[in-house]
Amino acid sequence: MSDHPIDMSKSIRTYGIVGGLLLVFTVLTVAVNQIHLASIALAITVALIIACMKGSMVAAIFMHLNHEKKWIYGALILTVVFFIVLMLIPNLTVADTIGTVSPYTAAAEHAAQKAEK
Amino acid sequence: MDSTVTHSAHGHEHGDVAHHHEELGFLRKYVFSLDHKIIGIQYAITGLLFLLFGFTLMMVMRFQLAYPGHPIPLIGSIFGAANAPNGVMLPEFYNQLGAMHGTIMVFLGVVPLAVGGFGNFVMPLQIGAPDMAFPKLNMMSYWVYFCGGMTMLASFFMPGGTAQSGWTSYPPLSIVVATNGQVYWLVGMIFLITSSLLGSVNFIVTIVQLRAKGLSYMRLPFFVWAQLVTSFLLLLAFPPLEAAGILQLMDRVAGTSFFLPSGLVISGKPLTVAGGGNPLLWQHLFWFLAHPEVYVLILPAMGIISEIIANNTRKPLWGYKALVYAAVFLGFMSFIVWAHHMFMTGMGTTISAFFQTTTMIISIPSVIILTALLLSLWGASIRFTTPMLFALAFLPMFGIGGLTGLPLGLAPSDIHLHDTYYVIGHFHYVVAPGTIFALFAGVYYWFPKATGRKMNETLGKIHFWGSFIAINFVFMPMFIQGLGGMNRRMYDGGMQYAHNAGLLHWNIVIGVAAWTLGICQIPFILNFFGSIKWGALADKNPWDATTLEWSAPSPPGHGNFLTEPVVYRGPYEYSVPGHAADFTPQFEPERA
Amino acid sequence: MEIPYTVEPRPDSGLANGKLGIWLFLASEVMLFGALFSTYILLRVGAVEWPHGELNVWLGAVNTVILICSSVTMVVAWAKLKMNDFAKGRLYIIVTAVLALVFLVNKYFEYAEHFGKGEGPWHSTFFAIYFTLTGLHGLHIIGGIVVMAYLAGPGAKLWKRNPDQFTNRVEYTGLYWHFVDLVWIFLFPVLYLL
Repeated sequence: MSDHPIDMSKSIRTYGIVGGLLLVFTVLTVAVNQIHLASIALAITVALIIACMKGSMVAAIFMHLNHEKKWIYGALILTVVFFIVLMLIPNLTVADTIGTVSPYTAAAEHAAQKAEK
Repeated sequence: MDSTVTHSAHGHEHGDVAHHHEELGFLRKYVFSLDHKIIGIQYAITGLLFLLFGFTLMMVMRFQLAYPGHPIPLIGSIFGAANAPNGVMLPEFYNQLGAMHGTIMVFLGVVPLAVGGFGNFVMPLQIGAPDMAFPKLNMMSYWVYFCGGMTMLASFFMPGGTAQSGWTSYPPLSIVVATNGQVYWLVGMIFLITSSLLGSVNFIVTIVQLRAKGLSYMRLPFFVWAQLVTSFLLLLAFPPLEAAGILQLMDRVAGTSFFLPSGLVISGKPLTVAGGGNPLLWQHLFWFLAHPEVYVLILPAMGIISEIIANNTRKPLWGYKALVYAAVFLGFMSFIVWAHHMFMTGMGTTISAFFQTTTMIISIPSVIILTALLLSLWGASIRFTTPMLFALAFLPMFGIGGLTGLPLGLAPSDIHLHDTYYVIGHFHYVVAPGTIFALFAGVYYWFPKATGRKMNETLGKIHFWGSFIAINFVFMPMFIQGLGGMNRRMYDGGMQYAHNAGLLHWNIVIGVAAWTLGICQIPFILNFFGSIKWGALADKNPWDATTLEWSAPSPPGHGNFLTEPVVYRGPYEYSVPGHAADFTPQFEPERA
Repeated sequence: MEIPYTVEPRPDSGLANGKLGIWLFLASEVMLFGALFSTYILLRVGAVEWPHGELNVWLGAVNTVILICSSVTMVVAWAKLKMNDFAKGRLYIIVTAVLALVFLVNKYFEYAEHFGKGEGPWHSTFFAIYFTLTGLHGLHIIGGIVVMAYLAGPGAKLWKRNPDQFTNRVEYTGLYWHFVDLVWIFLFPVLYLL
């Protein structure tokens, strides 16, 4: 038996409330998806904002990140920076060809259409 | 000390500090040991053996390059008819040797030796820790590495041979090439990456949590800082390659098209896959790791050199703070330069400019580190011991390697030099007379701590001078070949292109130099194993060094230190004015 | 020979070894799944057309609910242990593992449905990345279940010897589990909805 039990009943209540909030946000996520928004970019933005809010709650409350130590924050900030780099930069290298079709893909589609006929 | 005790390279227990623990059986003491020193030695010996094997592959390749189409003398028949009928190397076999040379040297040789070997053995001793933070994880890391290594070796025996698309394994070639060896390569990589990830967690936690009393961060030996930054690189840069490996594995065995574009036609036949994939995706994920990986290759080496220079100049290192900040900055920058390996893939000029800029910026911390180490020699009382000879050679060799990287990091010159022998010359200068010399230096330097005996100086000097001269004749001509436009990875040594005609004779020079370099390793191998049994006995601190590892017995027992280590000063208090001895160890208490 | 700071935190860092260790591991996992998300973006951005409505949104939503609940039960398990209530703590660990198993069962039905229609990973890049992302996530769920089974089973002996160390292990497992939940929180909208 541990010789210094802590009263966690307040924390447990918080966990329950946050859990409930997460379920609400999940319903929201699905609901918003049913509405066909103006553009795909807007849909992505809204979905990611809701997901980030859910994620922050899990991270801050369940994972106790709201009162963690410097080393953890440091390692995570570094990770987030490189995560963003990994998301962004490969796409920037092909940014000038987004929306265009590579001539090879076009040729392949053309050949496939001809074969179907 | 009992000189008849078995001198196994795996160390033996002296001055056991544990109060009472059951005597462990052979397997638990030497094979599945939880002791960081044993694990470090396991990594080191396995790494050294893989280095030798990887180098042997290249020595065989160099014959084909020097004398294309000629049967390989003496050993030509052992490769079998599938690889070298009548002893003449087939192009596919050449490609296999090439791909595996790179893979083995980088992932099975240098990193396990530099990080797994030296990091594991030296770092806990240098910070005054009894062991790593997670000894069981440490043991697992070694055995997962071992499994990865065995998987890689097994790939040679697959029908169709082993991986043969370069160590870079670019698709679509790596996916369509008809051999299961490529699958083994991918599985092996997954093992190796997992091993590194587990190891890096262990290293970081150990350095943060287990430093001795009085050992603040700015009193750490630079070797420890180098290992800390290296571990962060491994931790955050390796996972994308693990993901990429899984994706390529799925392309090979599950029929997916992550990297296979639509409309791909091989030998006149269109590929029957869904298509829609992107070969550049592999390149991005691969180089996202592989660029930080080269800093993983160099940082521990810089750490080793720093320790040896401080010790053999009898002076503090010049610019300790500059070294530390440069190493940290280098680590950070290494994550945002990777596409300088991809200038020829058709990216836009803006993003290309971004990568050229970051690549130029990253040369700054490297230069700061090199300059600090050079300045450390000024006014020094240099002791030309074998480790110091290798350390001194490292400096100009790394300089050449680094400088030749500059035209590669700028797109306009890279257009001419990409995929030529210039690139091979550049990176080998950094890794071979660079890192590997540093690793040799480290072996000579820490051998007494690990075994209680010193290596032979005469054999060491023969090893050094022979290697130093030969290695320059191996890699310097490659700059000439590359500037002349000779491409890399050609099994006939470039014969088929007219513009290479005037460069072909260098292949013979390089070949002879490579075989000479091979012969020059014999004194090292003899010295290494012979000294375990017959080397001059060494006490705790045979080099009169200042860092914590030299306060432990040679070799240290389980738990490392006889009394709890306390640190009173910085790591390089050599020739302190007013002190009788020319060194004041970190662990020596202040005099009253 | 004792490794210090295995249970009690080191004063200057404020951390126990395992806490730092698990967070560093999670950092590497962020990069692992990050690479797959980056793959998704690059492939989708380069695609002529991207499938929509191919996946079972309701099953995905149900699975999201299940994982969120399992996150709650996991953190409550740790809280109960901190309150010295071993029985409840162990129970909540088991509940978490059971919820995780239900998630996997749902995933099995989902996969079976797709394979039945010939929609395997080879079918298109969409299905390739769908199966890889959810498959790797599923492997992490299995890993979590294995650890939870160990903690609720043979590993529970540690509670008698060193309750604080056992509670810490549950906390670290919880951190891993919340991360697995976090990944799904992003996976679900990205794959199923967008």
